[in-house]
Amino acid sequence: MKEFFAMGGYGFYVWSSMGFALFLMLLEPIYLHMQHKSIVKHIQRQIRRESARSKENQS
Amino acid sequence: MAINWFKYSAPSSFYPLAGKMVPVFMTLAIVLTLGGLYWGFFQTPEVLSDQKQYYKIIYVHVSSAWMAMWLYVVMVAWAVLGLIFNTRVSYMMASATAVTGGIMTAISLWTGAFWGQTSWGTWWDWDPRMTTQLILLFLYIGYLALQSSIEDTRRSDRASAVLAMVGLAIVPVIYYSINCPNPNECASLHQESSLERVESNILIGMLVTTLGFWMYCFTVILMRVRNIILRRESHTSWVARLEEMQ
Repeated sequence: MKEFFAMGGYGFYVWSSMGFALFLMLLEPIYLHMQHKSIVKHIQRQIRRESARSKENQS
Repeated sequence: MAINWFKYSAPSSFYPLAGKMVPVFMTLAIVLTLGGLYWGFFQTPEVLSDQKQYYKIIYVHVSSAWMAMWLYVVMVAWAVLGLIFNTRVSYMMASATAVTGGIMTAISLWTGAFWGQTSWGTWWDWDPRMTTQLILLFLYIGYLALQSSIEDTRRSDRASAVLAMVGLAIVPVIYYSINCPNPNECASLHQESSLERVESNILIGMLVTTLGFWMYCFTVILMRVRNIILRRESHTSWVARLEEMQ
């Protein structure tokens, strides 16, 4: 196992490359998921506000 | 069965369709990328001619460099569709593709730098292959910057679509910088594309990883386009009727 990670002495180069790709390719979907949640929350608030306003106008 | 493609050019029908496709592409992305990398790391020789173990960077480097170039073509195709048919979803797909394209370009440049340092002894060189890839990164950034600088979405969509089309000129330049018809005419540090000569086991690892990267790109592009649709259509009645908004 240790030998595998050492990559014949080039571990730093190989794992820096793999790590950078992994970092960005995990960050992107996680960020998009969080962004989706916050947009949904924002729209839910907006819908509640609007329905409250229309009720006010009716009464 | 005839599919009415124009039906999906309406954000209200594309949004749920994209939502259904995301988990499928995500599963394929994980399986194919991990499978390709497993094959690449464990089923291939430790050294590749004069290249020692560091050549294993090839799996992410080549996959991301290919994706960077292809996604640019995909982005322009969406932009052109938008210009021709004036479909909003096409423009949204184009801008969703740009960010992922930029990320793929960044990965290819970063991994290329680490490979270059071990193999040539330098992190960077102004050789045609690397320089054009850097310009590609700037094109993606320029596209996004132009889009965010114009407030009116219709105008910003059209303006950035035109910029993307002009930038398409870079793609054949990148392609020929690595597949040079006469190597004596294009001296460069970056090696020629050597797909035909590469050992089949390495090629399998590379192709499967690339397929995984394609699936990854589909996943995040669809995730992003859903966010763009929601943001742009937040005041419409179909968004208010969505189950997740209740």
